[in-house]
Amino acid sequence: MTILPSFAQTSSTPSTPATSNMRQNKSASKQAVHQSDDGQRVFDQNCSRCHNAPQGFSPHISGTIVRHMRVRASLSKEDEQALLRFLNP
Amino acid sequence: MWRLLNLNAYPHRRILVAVTLLMSSLLITPHVAAQDTPLISGGVGFFTSTNGGNTTYVPTISPVLVAPLGQHLLVESRANLIELFFPKPPGQSGYTSEPFLSLAYLQLDYLATSHLTVVGGEFLTPFGTYNERLTPIWISNFQDAPLITSLGTGTGSSVGGMLRGSAISTPKFSIDYAAYFSTESTNMQFNAERSTGGRVSIYLPEKRLELGTSYGRLLQGTQQNYFGAHAWWEPANTGFKLRSEYAHGAHSQGYWVETDYRLSRFGGDQSLIGRLEPVFRWQQTFRNSPDPTDGLPAADTQRTDFGLDYHLPHEVRINTSYARQFSSTGNHNVWETGIVYRFLFPTWKGK
Repeated sequence: MTILPSFAQTSSTPSTPATSNMRQNKSASKQAVHQSDDGQRVFDQNCSRCHNAPQGFSPHISGTIVRHMRVRASLSKEDEQALLRFLNP
Repeated sequence: MWRLLNLNAYPHRRILVAVTLLMSSLLITPHVAAQDTPLISGGVGFFTSTNGGNTTYVPTISPVLVAPLGQHLLVESRANLIELFFPKPPGQSGYTSEPFLSLAYLQLDYLATSHLTVVGGEFLTPFGTYNERLTPIWISNFQDAPLITSLGTGTGSSVGGMLRGSAISTPKFSIDYAAYFSTESTNMQFNAERSTGGRVSIYLPEKRLELGTSYGRLLQGTQQNYFGAHAWWEPANTGFKLRSEYAHGAHSQGYWVETDYRLSRFGGDQSLIGRLEPVFRWQQTFRNSPDPTDGLPAADTQRTDFGLDYHLPHEVRINTSYARQFSSTGNHNVWETGIVYRFLFPTWKGK
């Protein structure tokens, strides 16, 4: 199971269309990392407390695995979606 | 723990119907989302157990099928197929064998809301933690279930309906719940008692601590109550786990405490040493009056289990353990070994 590195970036560059796009991309990256961290948290606090992570599986069944875990581990829908993003970034 | 079906003595019809229904659910879902392909998972294992000088050999297959039906429905099932090889009765030499088949669960889940799932069919009875979480052969650290497992869970499975879900989930704490009603079923494949009950747990992520309580009421024969409590503590980034349960019935009570420590600190979990996982379990049962039906030993019993698991590559694990059981009816040793392969793949390639 991979853990995406967390990072923080700041910029003092004056606003231009290009820098604005860069900021939006950075913001999207931060959001993606945050969402991945959420999935990592859900995995650590629910799945891995009982069993090891599978060493690999087809992306075609990631949704099925997560729905199975939602029932088995009593996950909320939000946690289910965070876990799905973590398993299938 | 496992409800066993002697295939030589009982017809296959009902289980064939169940399997047919399950396979039908796979066939009627060809237009699933790319990530929602039905899956087959489970474990294949070979176990030995030497108890009081007699050794039994138990090859086992435990498949799990999971099939989403649209956005809100899910069909799940787990079976256990076992061939038990055991010594012939005294006076005869050699071994004999017997096949067994059981369905742990066959359930339809309706994901009603973010915090509520409605379950119908045969499901694992939600009392304590062991029955629902630790019975799969690719998860359990020890072959033998804890001595108190039958208190509150009865046959292990219930036939009826269940409501469950996450009541609340925040970064500071989360609470989950399960409540069920089961009808009496004497069918060997769907054996269940008329009962009701449930479980509530709170989890504190910062402390990695879970505390919970369970209640069950047997509604057939001599009606009686069961109470349970559990505590799990798994500190982050240590490889250490502590799990424990207590259960109280009308005629007996008991507890177990299990710890394991994956040695991944020594070179990572893929290193030679890091693949080792020493495990330990201590349990006691206490009987206040005779009850041959509750599944606990007839006399007060203490048991200590020492185990050493080794996690090989490619989802293979070797389990070994030694147990010493103390009771006024006699003390004995139990030596157990096993090797388990866990598999997981889609039923078809998908789109």
